[in-house]
Amino acid sequence: MSAAAALVRLPVWRARMVMCALLAAFAVLAGRSLYLQSMRTDFLQEKGEARYSRVLQILGTRGRILDRNGEALAISTPVQSVWAIPGDVEATPAQLKKLAGLLGAEPLELRKKLADRSRDFVYLKRQISPEQAAQVARLALPGIYQHGEYRRYYPGGEVTAHVVGFTGVDEAGQEGIELASQATLGGVPGSRRVIKDRLGRVVEDVESIRAAQDGQDLTLAIDGKIQSLAFAALKSAVAAHKAKAGALVAIDVRTGEVLALANLPSFNPNNRARLSGAQLRNRVLTDVFEPGSTLKPFTVALGLESGKVTPSSAIHIGASGLRIANYTIHDPHPQATLSLAQVIQKSSNVGAARIALALHRDDLWQLFHNAGFGVPPQLGFPGEAAGKLRPASTWRPVEQATMAYGHGISVSLMQLARAYTMFARDGELIPVTLLKSPQTAPGTRVLSARTARDVRAMLELAVQPGGTAPRARIMGWRVAGKTGTAHKQENGGYAADRYIASFVGLAPASNPRLVIAVMIDEPSAGQYYGGVVAAPVFAQVAQGALRLLGVPHDAPPEPVPLPGEGEEAREST
Amino acid sequence: MAKLSLLLLLVLVVCALGLVTSQHKARKLFTELERAQARARELDVEYGKLQLEASTWGLHTRVEKVATGTLGMRTPDARRVRVVSREAAP
Repeated sequence: MSAAAALVRLPVWRARMVMCALLAAFAVLAGRSLYLQSMRTDFLQEKGEARYSRVLQILGTRGRILDRNGEALAISTPVQSVWAIPGDVEATPAQLKKLAGLLGAEPLELRKKLADRSRDFVYLKRQISPEQAAQVARLALPGIYQHGEYRRYYPGGEVTAHVVGFTGVDEAGQEGIELASQATLGGVPGSRRVIKDRLGRVVEDVESIRAAQDGQDLTLAIDGKIQSLAFAALKSAVAAHKAKAGALVAIDVRTGEVLALANLPSFNPNNRARLSGAQLRNRVLTDVFEPGSTLKPFTVALGLESGKVTPSSAIHIGASGLRIANYTIHDPHPQATLSLAQVIQKSSNVGAARIALALHRDDLWQLFHNAGFGVPPQLGFPGEAAGKLRPASTWRPVEQATMAYGHGISVSLMQLARAYTMFARDGELIPVTLLKSPQTAPGTRVLSARTARDVRAMLELAVQPGGTAPRARIMGWRVAGKTGTAHKQENGGYAADRYIASFVGLAPASNPRLVIAVMIDEPSAGQYYGGVVAAPVFAQVAQGALRLLGVPHDAPPEPVPLPGEGEEAREST
Repeated sequence: MAKLSLLLLLVLVVCALGLVTSQHKARKLFTELERAQARARELDVEYGKLQLEASTWGLHTRVEKVATGTLGMRTPDARRVRVVSREAAP
């Protein structure tokens, strides 16, 4: 027994060795756990949280764009976008067909999108209505998901398209006010951390990381009623005269607010497939043209201001035109002399040229510059044109003469309308704005009040019988204005049979409230004079706008007799 | 010593129960919040739709068409309009 016991007795060191090994193993474990708990705790906790906590994005709504009366011109409404992880999609052909039907897509196209299993995100359809989205969700297809977005709608459609502009699919402004005021309108998305269960339902809100900020609403100066009136009047004139394009702008003389700004051709901002550049152009602000005779009042104003002429001056016209170097300025008026007022009333090129030649060219340049020509009107609108006003030192005498009646200088319709505020505001030029700002605009004095009133009286003669624009008159209010008919420029010269007809008017003439400028590009139905093509548009818009603004009558409300065909004074082009 | 242990045990149980109840309450309030938020989203969708509808019905061209066509209204000409200024009114 003892021999057997002695036989199985193991050496004591072996037991000790096992014990040491076990202890060492425990020590390693303890050390490891100490290390994980103290040194790497942040990393591990983060990994653990990532299994159930998610950061969700919260969208900020884009601000609305409203007209001055609070009517919406652009609204964002929530929509859903459907996307898929192609590798996870399990659907029978019948289900896919149904999905395609709901999304309004071709089943073949849908299958093609889902065929590439290596991609892990593909949009199936963006911006569908919440109702459609609910039906898609009811199909409960694995691998097909939705997320919320906003879509921009423009209730005004083509009427306000050029002012408001539009946004891209991600709601970033691309044109017009949408682009210009992106910083104010745009919402800032926020985010929050939540805990989700296995099925993807949110079970607990952990924290709000950043609150979503909604964009601010923007109120424009545009008056929806005057705008739609202006658009309709312009549209019928462009159609009646088979014109290539047309533009109109109406400015409130007291505040400098733009009450209407219309362009043709226009486009529907809600459906922008097949857009052409011509439709997108905001001709009022981005296009420049040679204004022609609408610039004569400035020449006459400077003549009066400098004392070179007085309202009673007689100006020699002559039958053979005015010859400067080897260029002759023609005039269709047979009279030997015209009074200063008649130069405006009958739009005499020779008369305006003679006044300009009596003036110093630097003074003329200074007046044009003060009127805002050659510098952008600073409305904060994308792509505002500055026009072209060459430095006076480069003018030749013949150019000084032609500049007097608006040739050799180019302006935008907005610049032209704004420049006329100096006649409406008794010599003050006012800044214009597209945003509602009802306080009286501070003006900069450019002319003396007396000169401005004298020119206004002459402009009123131009719309009387015997003037160039009797069709600009309206019932109940006195109006004043000037026509322009200019040959279009092309290839460095003037096109013989293509014209731009324009009219800039003030109403009511006794105490102006509105300046309205109208431009019709290439009227080609026979008539092309500003007094026949553009002036009636002014009359229509002024008549409606003055009534809408509640401006008191300053003339007996009697029907205005329309002149017979071709009875108005012929304008020199 | 035993008494103190018993007391502490009691406090522990009360605390544990309190924790359970507050957790439960939090969960319940959270589902309520979720429901309210979903309702807010729904209302938001509807508000947008109504806004669009309102502006579509109120389009100036449409109002004009209805006024002149269906209702037989017309703009009074200037002879029949008298503008009263606010300053002149008594």
